[in-house]
Amino acid sequence: MDHARYLGGSPERTDAPAKTGGALRYTDDRVRPGTLHAALLYSPYAHARIASVDLSRAEAAPGVRGAFSGADWPDTLIGLYMGDKPPLARETVRYYGEPVAAVVADSEAETLAAIRLVEASFEALPPLASPRDSLAPGAAVLHPGLGSYRRIPAILPEPGTNVANRTRIRKGDPEEAFARAPVVVSGSFSFPPGDHAAMEPRVAIAEYGLDGRLTVTSSTQSPFGVRTLLAKGLGLPERRIRVIAPPVGGGFGGKAGIQLEPLACLLAMRFPGRPVRLANAREADMVSSPGRPGLESTVRIAAERDGAILAMDIELLFDSGAYADYAVNVSRAAAVACTGPYKVPNVKADALCVYTNHPFATAFRGFGHIELSYATERALDLLADELGMDPAALREKNAAQPGHTTPTGAVLDPNTGDLPACIALVKERLGWDEGRRRLMPDGKVRAKGLACFWKAPAIPTFTDAGATLAFAEDGSAVLTTGVVEIGQGCFDGLRLIVAEALRMDPSMVRVEPEADTDRSPHDWTTAASRSLFMAGRAALGAAEDAVAQLKRVASAPLRCPEEDLEIGDGRIYLRDDPAHGLPISAVALGYVYENGNAIGGPIIGRGRYIARGLSGMDPESGEGRPGLEWTMGAEGVELELDPRDGSCRVLRSACAMDVGKVIHPALARGQLVGAMAMGIGYATREAFSFDSRQGVQNASLRDYKLLRYGEDPEYFVDFVETPQGDGPYGARGLGEQGIIGMPGAIAQAASLAAGVQLCELPITPEYLWTSMRKERP
Amino acid sequence: MTERKGPYELRLRVNGEERAALTRPAETLLRLLRERLGLTGPKCGCENGDCGACTVLIDGVPTKSCMVLAVECEGRELTTIEGLRDHPVQRAFSAENGFQCGFCTPGMIMNAVALVRAHPEPNEEADRNWMGSNLCRCTGYEGIRRALAAARAELAARAGLMPRAKERP
Repeated sequence: MDHARYLGGSPERTDAPAKTGGALRYTDDRVRPGTLHAALLYSPYAHARIASVDLSRAEAAPGVRGAFSGADWPDTLIGLYMGDKPPLARETVRYYGEPVAAVVADSEAETLAAIRLVEASFEALPPLASPRDSLAPGAAVLHPGLGSYRRIPAILPEPGTNVANRTRIRKGDPEEAFARAPVVVSGSFSFPPGDHAAMEPRVAIAEYGLDGRLTVTSSTQSPFGVRTLLAKGLGLPERRIRVIAPPVGGGFGGKAGIQLEPLACLLAMRFPGRPVRLANAREADMVSSPGRPGLESTVRIAAERDGAILAMDIELLFDSGAYADYAVNVSRAAAVACTGPYKVPNVKADALCVYTNHPFATAFRGFGHIELSYATERALDLLADELGMDPAALREKNAAQPGHTTPTGAVLDPNTGDLPACIALVKERLGWDEGRRRLMPDGKVRAKGLACFWKAPAIPTFTDAGATLAFAEDGSAVLTTGVVEIGQGCFDGLRLIVAEALRMDPSMVRVEPEADTDRSPHDWTTAASRSLFMAGRAALGAAEDAVAQLKRVASAPLRCPEEDLEIGDGRIYLRDDPAHGLPISAVALGYVYENGNAIGGPIIGRGRYIARGLSGMDPESGEGRPGLEWTMGAEGVELELDPRDGSCRVLRSACAMDVGKVIHPALARGQLVGAMAMGIGYATREAFSFDSRQGVQNASLRDYKLLRYGEDPEYFVDFVETPQGDGPYGARGLGEQGIIGMPGAIAQAASLAAGVQLCELPITPEYLWTSMRKERP
Repeated sequence: MTERKGPYELRLRVNGEERAALTRPAETLLRLLRERLGLTGPKCGCENGDCGACTVLIDGVPTKSCMVLAVECEGRELTTIEGLRDHPVQRAFSAENGFQCGFCTPGMIMNAVALVRAHPEPNEEADRNWMGSNLCRCTGYEGIRRALAAARAELAARAGLMPRAKERP
């Protein structure tokens, strides 16, 4: 069958008119009259005992319907993989920005006025400022209840300590390899936590209906996850909860899991029949709601003199902040992929998710891989230096390929991407072999860097996706899935997959743009770059099911066996006599004979997918198969440093990635370019800046510097297509991966330009300037 | 100078229509547009003037509506994204993938509309100065850069094809 009919075309996005017309309604554009507004009091301390919370003045303020503190829900604990977080702080606050009290009033102005009347007093406690602080002997234990928290079995907390999860990888005999290795290098690499800074701040609007059902509309990537976790956290059965996920104004992992919904729902349950809106202001979105984890790491590499890696010894300490949230799985994902995309026969790795008194961390684009990649790529650079070897050549020599095993001992199957091809493409784009460092006539220095990455989705072994396909009178098809539109444009990929399967013009395929747990087929979460793959498989299944049904119905009026029928261009026809056929519109809702007799009825195609052959990990060795598919790629940059003031700019960036099959080239490129830009921000400017008491100093978009127009480099994107045998038309996910290699590539290039190994992020002008000064006597 | 206290009725000209709304003296234009006039195109990205998602035109000048009080806009001509209809800049953002999640897009487009009007010729420095006031977290600005070029090209072609106003019969 010819698969090239619609795949590989780049039709305009279906949401383009709504988005460029300002007509798309995000969650906060749907506030009904009569909605109550909630405001929160946030902790000004990173660590403190709550001495008192006096709500009386707030309760008496105009328009106020109620005021609440942690004491209102004395037993409720919410969490994603581990229930460790009270909806409002009780007894202690564990981070700057933690919600302490809530006020609900008729208008937002009234609630904001009233929240200032809440009188809370605190007794400050010394804050834990880093994972190493938290692991030091005698450190305060931030979660004394750690042993009793509800959790999933894959998470292994260490009660009595600040370790929320530890994942061990033990492969081969690293001790022996280090003992006999001719070359050993070691380095420590770190960066502080930061924020997603999606343009849409988080918002949840909850209503406890007079019918006893709870409905929450939320800026979430995870409507079904929210439903399940609300059911667990609030003690309501799933059937009494409805979660609606309108298109999201940027996710990047920050809206996966469960966020504002539980508190919004708890407040709404106090006011049956009236919706309660809980919306983050930007500052709260940055520090009170979760950001991304920070990292402290040490990597040792043992190698032969020719560069062949013998062993790695890796310690990854994730700064999870005050609560575990997604970070316990981020650290686990980092362990699964800890070596990066290289053949490493002997591995010892410990990935720890550590509680600190920082804002808590959740999923972030790259999910553990950006962190591990930065650490291992930096260590590889030290090795290349030690060996006097070209850093790209070192990576080529050790590139992981089918047949090799991952750190967990899983064998890389033939679907695994072609990393050497990706490295070659990036080298070509950057003119790698023309020299990596150049002194410019104006005194600036240009330097190049290259890093590799891989990523497997960190998902439950039973991660699923469902899809249905129905038809309208005009013969057009509508696909319904549980996928959330977060900017990635997955619906346009799904539309092309369905169009291809139905051999129908894409303009005749519509994808339902809103996920609703009452109506959409179940779908794990829009995360882990798995929607195109998994919902794509389900969509393909639904289309094939619909085609079979259409043929069955049409075979009667066309008086032929169904297997003689073909579908295409909106018709069902005899394969060997295409003129003899029927339009889909005459069959999809049932066929009507001339005398009025009807057969068939509405066709509904059903499709489903569930992850194949995944298993958990052995708690001692990590052995198992937790990774569904491995996407590989290489990235590189050329940047320009002014040694006089440390200012540094990425001029060109290149990414080559093996995506299996490109479904929608323009959107695929957009995902990679956006991820590269985010990676540049991650590496050069984005991180929280803490004061001595661990308060966040840059919780606004004025002080937290994102890339702006004109600071963007030239982008080069290349795709390699090694088909994913079980992906829809051979496709793999590609939403996150483009960010992963950027910090490593930029750190390598900046280190080369500066003449000093830079082991921290973000690589700001100040950091560059002081590092260069330190090197000089 | 007029003094305002408590709720009062404000009359505005928005997207070519006369509109009236009850407002408070402290209400920003952004909140008035979104909450009282139902124009939710302008977005609350930061309400601090940093992100530009709320950009509208006031008498043709791109302005962050979170930084303006509604009361200041009495008698002004306001244009929000809803007031554009199939503008070449909108078409260019659609065709060139100048958006992903779309949340920054209404503000980005309003700023771009004013930019290409003020600078019909490609002008990298002007583009950087103007568009630098709007944040996009998704695109890496590549599609937006392409969209600006495409919009200018279409506007130039249109100017070349259509006779200038004074030449019209």
